[in-house]
Amino acid sequence: MTTPLLEVQDLTIAFPTPGGGSAEVVSELGFALPPGGSLGIVGESGSGKSMTSLAVMGLLPKGARLAGRIRLAGEDIAGLPDRRMRAIRGDRIAMVFQDPLSSLNPYYAVGFQIEEAYRAHRPRATRREARRVAVEAMERVHIPDAARRAGHYPHQFSGGMRQRVMIAIALSTEPDLLIADEPTTALDVTVQAQILALLREIRRDTGTGLVLITHDLAVVSEMVDDVVVMRAGRCVEHAPVARLFSDPQHAYTRALLDAVPRLDDEVGELRTVRAAAPDTPREGER
Amino acid sequence: MARYLLARLSGVVLILVLVCLFTFTVFFVLSPDPAVQICGKNCNPELIERIRGNLGLDEPLFTQFTTFLGGLFAGRAYGTGEGAVECAAPCLGYSFQSSQPVWEMITERLPVTVTVAVGAAVLWLLAGVVGGLVGALRQGTWWDRGAMVIALSGLSIPNYVFALVLQYVLVVELEWLPFPQAVTLADDPALWFQSYLMPWIVLAFAYASVYARLTRANVIDTLEENFVRTARAKGLPRGQVIRRHALRPALTPVATIFGMDFAGLLGGALITEKVFGINGVGKMTADAIGRNDQPVIMGVTLLAAAFVVVGNVVVDLVYTALDPRVRLTVA
Repeated sequence: MTTPLLEVQDLTIAFPTPGGGSAEVVSELGFALPPGGSLGIVGESGSGKSMTSLAVMGLLPKGARLAGRIRLAGEDIAGLPDRRMRAIRGDRIAMVFQDPLSSLNPYYAVGFQIEEAYRAHRPRATRREARRVAVEAMERVHIPDAARRAGHYPHQFSGGMRQRVMIAIALSTEPDLLIADEPTTALDVTVQAQILALLREIRRDTGTGLVLITHDLAVVSEMVDDVVVMRAGRCVEHAPVARLFSDPQHAYTRALLDAVPRLDDEVGELRTVRAAAPDTPREGER
Repeated sequence: MARYLLARLSGVVLILVLVCLFTFTVFFVLSPDPAVQICGKNCNPELIERIRGNLGLDEPLFTQFTTFLGGLFAGRAYGTGEGAVECAAPCLGYSFQSSQPVWEMITERLPVTVTVAVGAAVLWLLAGVVGGLVGALRQGTWWDRGAMVIALSGLSIPNYVFALVLQYVLVVELEWLPFPQAVTLADDPALWFQSYLMPWIVLAFAYASVYARLTRANVIDTLEENFVRTARAKGLPRGQVIRRHALRPALTPVATIFGMDFAGLLGGALITEKVFGINGVGKMTADAIGRNDQPVIMGVTLLAAAFVVVGNVVVDLVYTALDPRVRLTVA
C-alpha cells in the first residue's frame, strides 16, 4: 500500500472558553487520502469542517489547541513551527476559500497576487518568469485575455472570474493537494457548475489531490471518491460516495440526504435536519 | 481627469467665496467700528469720517464685499486722489495695528509655520504609525498597553500645559535646549533644530496619539481580513504579509486624515507658536485676535480655509493612487 498523500489521525481541536474550560470543535477525527485522490467533508455550519482544513494548513486561529497527527506524504506536520509550515503552505498544499471577493486583496492587481504565491516558493524566480507563470495559470482556469486581465484589480472581475483567480493562485505552484473550502457557496448556480467543472478538469490534468469541504451534498456527489460526514466535530460516517448515497449507514446521513429537495418530490414541504450542531457534543450523542 | 479637476476647482472657489462672505460679515459687521480703533488717541469725528472714507466703510456693505473680493483678485486702491494707496492683488487689506499689507505679513511668516508643520508631521507620522503598529502586533502585551497609555495622555493633556512643562524641564531645569530663537536653517543649523524641536514635539504628541490609536485599530481589523488569510495560505513570510497585505489597506485611511490635519496646521498652530514665541502665522493670528486686528484675522481665516479646501482635493487625488477601487467621477 502506498503512503497516503494526507492522513489525519485522532485530530482534536479545542478553544479555551472564558472561565478556564475548553470547547472541542473537532474531536478524534480521522481520514486518509491517497495521492491524487479526492475526499469530501460535508456537514452543517459549525460542524468543524473549516477548522479541519485550517488545521491542515497550519492556519488555526490564535489560542486553538491541536492534538493528533496530520501526515502529509508520511511526514507529521501537525504543530510544525510556522517557519517550516510556511514552506509547505501554498507550495505542497494550496487552498481555495469561500468568498473570492474578500479573499483577494483589493489593493493589488490579480496578476501580482498570483505571482506572489509563485515567488514565495521560488525565491530565485524573476518577475518576468513569475508573470509568465501567472498568465499561464490564468489561462489554465480559462480567464479570457489573461495577459491583459492580469493587470486588473479584483473588483473588476465577476464572482466566478474571481474564484478562477483564487484557483489560479492555488495552481501556480503545482501543489500536491488542493483544499477547497466551500468554493462555490458564494456563487450563482450556473457559475457554481462552471467552477466545479474547472476543478474536475484540473484534477484530471494535474492529478492533484482534492479535499472538498461543503455543506452541499449535490456538489459532493459529482466531485469526490470518498465522503466524510461530520457533525458537531465528529465523523459520523465515512464511505465511498456511491455507497453513501445508495446505502447511508448513519441516521444523521439519512436525514441530511432526506433534506435535499428534489424536483420529483411529492411532499410540498422541505424536510429539515433536527438539532443543529451544538457547541460541544452532549454525552452519548454520536 | 481634466473635467474632474475643473469641477473640483470651481467647487473650491465657491467655498472660498462663501468663507469670505462669512468672515466678512462676522468681522466687519459684528465687530466694533475699525475706524475708531485706527483713529487712536487724538481722535475727532472728522478724522473718523476720513478714515471711514479711505477704508470704504461708508459704502453699502455689499459694495464693500465686492470691493474686497475684487481686491483679492485684481488689487484695489484705498482712498482717492493724491493720498490714494495702491494695494496690489492679492489684496487682503492693511493691518490696523502695523499698517503693513496683510498679504505681506502672511507670506513673511508662512515659511516659519510651514517649518513647524512639516517637522511636526514627520514626527507624528513616525510615532503614530510605529506606535499603532506595535500596539496592533503585540496586542494585549505591555508594549501595547504602554503605547496606548502614552497615546491617551497625548490626547488628554492640553498642549499649552505640555508645552510649558516641556520648556520648564528641558530649557530651565536640565538646560538641554536653549530658549527657542528666530534663526534660519542656513544661519545656524544646530540652533535652528534646537529651536524648533520643542514645538515639533508638542504638536506631534497630540496628533501622534490620534494616529497611533487609528493605526492600531485599522491594523487589527485588517489582520482579520480574508485576504490576509489568503496571503498566509500562500506561504508568504510574516513580514511580507503584514507590510504588503495588512499595512497598506490599514494606512490608506490614515493618509486621508493626514492630508486634512496637515493642511489645517498650515493655517498656523496658534497655541504652540504663541507659547514658544515662534513668529509664524499662528502667533500673528493670536496677537491679531488680542488686538482685534480684523484684516489680519480675516486674511488668516481665508488662508487656512484655502489650505483645507485645496488639501481636500489633493487628498482625493492621492486616494485614487492609493486605492485602485476609487475612481474620480464628477458628481
